[in-house]
Amino acid sequence: MGLTGLEIYKQLPKKNCGECGPPTCLAFAMALANGKAQLSTCPYVSDEAKANLESASAPPIALVKAGDGDNQVEMGDETELFRHDKKFYHETSVGFKVSDSLNEEELEAKAKEIEDLVFERVGLQYKVQFVAVVNDSQDAETFKKAVAKVAANTSVTPMLVSEDPAALEGALDVAADKKPLIYAATADNYEKMTELAKGKGCPLVVKAEGLEALAELVEKVVALGHKQLVLDSGQTEASKIVGDLVQMRRQAIKKKFRPFGYPSIVFTTEEDPLAEITQAITYVSKYASIIILNTTKKAHVLPLLAWRQNLYTDPQVPIQVEQKLHEVGEVNEDSPVYLTTNFSLTYYSVQGEVESTKIPSYILSVDTDGTSVLTAYAAGKYEAEKIAEVMKKVGLDDKVKHRNMIIPGYVAVLKGKLEEASGWNVIVGPREASGIVAFAKSQFS
Amino acid sequence: MAVNIVKEKTLSQVGLVKLGATKEEGGTRAVTYTIGGDAALPFHHFEGKIANRPIVAMEVQDIEPNWPGTVKKHFEGVLDKPGEWAKKCVDEYGADAIYVRLEGAHPDGADKSPEDCVAVVKEVLGAVGVPLIVTGCEIEEKDNEVLVAVAEACTGENLLIGFAEQENYKSLTAACMVHKHNIIARSPLDINICKQLNILITEMNLAHDRIIIDPSIGGLGYGIEYAYSIMERARLGALQGDKMLSMPILCTVGKEAWRAKEASASEEEYPAWGEEEERGILWESSTASALLQAGGSIFLMRHPKAVSLIKNNIEQLMKDNSY
Repeated sequence: MGLTGLEIYKQLPKKNCGECGPPTCLAFAMALANGKAQLSTCPYVSDEAKANLESASAPPIALVKAGDGDNQVEMGDETELFRHDKKFYHETSVGFKVSDSLNEEELEAKAKEIEDLVFERVGLQYKVQFVAVVNDSQDAETFKKAVAKVAANTSVTPMLVSEDPAALEGALDVAADKKPLIYAATADNYEKMTELAKGKGCPLVVKAEGLEALAELVEKVVALGHKQLVLDSGQTEASKIVGDLVQMRRQAIKKKFRPFGYPSIVFTTEEDPLAEITQAITYVSKYASIIILNTTKKAHVLPLLAWRQNLYTDPQVPIQVEQKLHEVGEVNEDSPVYLTTNFSLTYYSVQGEVESTKIPSYILSVDTDGTSVLTAYAAGKYEAEKIAEVMKKVGLDDKVKHRNMIIPGYVAVLKGKLEEASGWNVIVGPREASGIVAFAKSQFS
Repeated sequence: MAVNIVKEKTLSQVGLVKLGATKEEGGTRAVTYTIGGDAALPFHHFEGKIANRPIVAMEVQDIEPNWPGTVKKHFEGVLDKPGEWAKKCVDEYGADAIYVRLEGAHPDGADKSPEDCVAVVKEVLGAVGVPLIVTGCEIEEKDNEVLVAVAEACTGENLLIGFAEQENYKSLTAACMVHKHNIIARSPLDINICKQLNILITEMNLAHDRIIIDPSIGGLGYGIEYAYSIMERARLGALQGDKMLSMPILCTVGKEAWRAKEASASEEEYPAWGEEEERGILWESSTASALLQAGGSIFLMRHPKAVSLIKNNIEQLMKDNSY
């Protein structure tokens, strides 16, 4: 929700000196509105105008960072309510509760389990973001030891869960260099918590019961000079959490209500881990910036991370794979060759099924600008000549000694032309990837 | 600064469709449902009435289905008896409705006759008291025979029958009109075709409140986000008064979720993905839970645990969140 060029122009000195680069103040204002210039290049802008323009151009939801190095987590900085309007930018962070009441061995095991939550699917890597050490013991020394133990056994960014400033201070002694997320500043402790978080440059969760109390508390914390904040409206019912998440996002984006212009955090409440994940899916859908879970099982976490990745995909840019000859298994000169497109979804559907045939095979993914078979064909991006050219380019003739190309059933019409253009024999395969296993069985067994 | 709750103004609401008919209404159902009617985005109780909860129908087939063992084991002994299978879904697994998929009609498969298909639907109608959703084998010519026969034989039951598509909607629309059933209008992940098909069907004089939209969802990990955005856009359109996008939406969750490799690959083969059955259950319940937030009203599902998870999810979300 940036300002328009004209709104910016009103604040400029209107000298048309050209010292900033563009010849006139209006041209400079237009460049600013498009994000193509920096206000600081204008030597004559007044401090007042500078302050006005900076606050007006601040993003509706602040970008908040936790963690360090490769494990840095970015949250917030969202501009949309619906992904189809543009896109969602910073994927929901996923974290896991670890109680400081566990013994050393259990803490180590849990930390390693969380460290191990890295998944590979469809050519992407899914990771988790936080390990939330909870001060269940209510004892500062125990908390400090537990935080140290966990931090030593996982590179995942810590989140320190205690409303006792003394306990947090101790934990920060051993974990501050990892830029942990601090949970939480409340009406009772916010002064000390803010001082601690600000002092160590750590993001701070602000927690209050209900939106009204939360907005008030955020303003108090901001007044103390800390702006790396995360919001918790203290709800425990799924339906009310959804309501608050929607309100905070709407008020920040549509009304520029500053107290809610920060990322949000929610905790799951279901005990059954499967119900917990099903609930968490709801929160990913409805704007949660951080979700803290209890379950750490791979089978539970993978579906949640898959939905997160799907939702945050840019609707305007289909995910693509490289145009190349992919090898599935230990291929040799007799291996079958399948033709598909470079749309990630299409390619990985085919790849998964080809893998299931247990027959080492080649898959040729032709660049169709990331469109599926039918779309590509309809758009003229899947022509026989082009496919034949790619076949030549990847050196298919030298890879296999047979001359049989399996094409998707939906483009059976390409058979004649492709045979002519490539000199290969074309076999029409199934329409859907799901038919590949049966097809391969009948063709190659 | 005081917090001002932001409520979006809406001009209209999602349409209402009734499924099933009681004896008094000319059918034989013990239970019927009214679907749709939301006057806000999904579960935004704070700005509009969410009149009816979404429902879950469990899938029953007329031949032994090609499902993973982790799903089939919950229907052991009844997979060749559609009536008992349906009864188990309703009595033990809490299905709101039964989805009868007449896969056995497929010409390349069991190639069952329309009469045999009618018998299966009748068997299920006799075994359970909930409304039925019936689809064919998705081969146009055969479905036009089978589904028309089912519509005629079940006159008055107020079934939901699919799938009508842009190139093949006339005979099913006519059958639904004559025999008083509801129709599933399927479009291929395209909001313009979705709208166009609804216009074509209503132009044949099938009432607006007899149409359910099937936007052709993808399962989790396989294009679900396309359906999610189309459904969100359709809901926003409906709330702004676009009647031809306002029909309740059906999601073929079971079919799409269990197609994914992640739903059924064994742990031996993919140790990094964890235990197989729970992963599969969550693949299905997560697909449904995500699409609930985009505005799905009818969910066609398979695994009993996934069904109970999503019913719990719906129950939690139906609680009032007004300020």
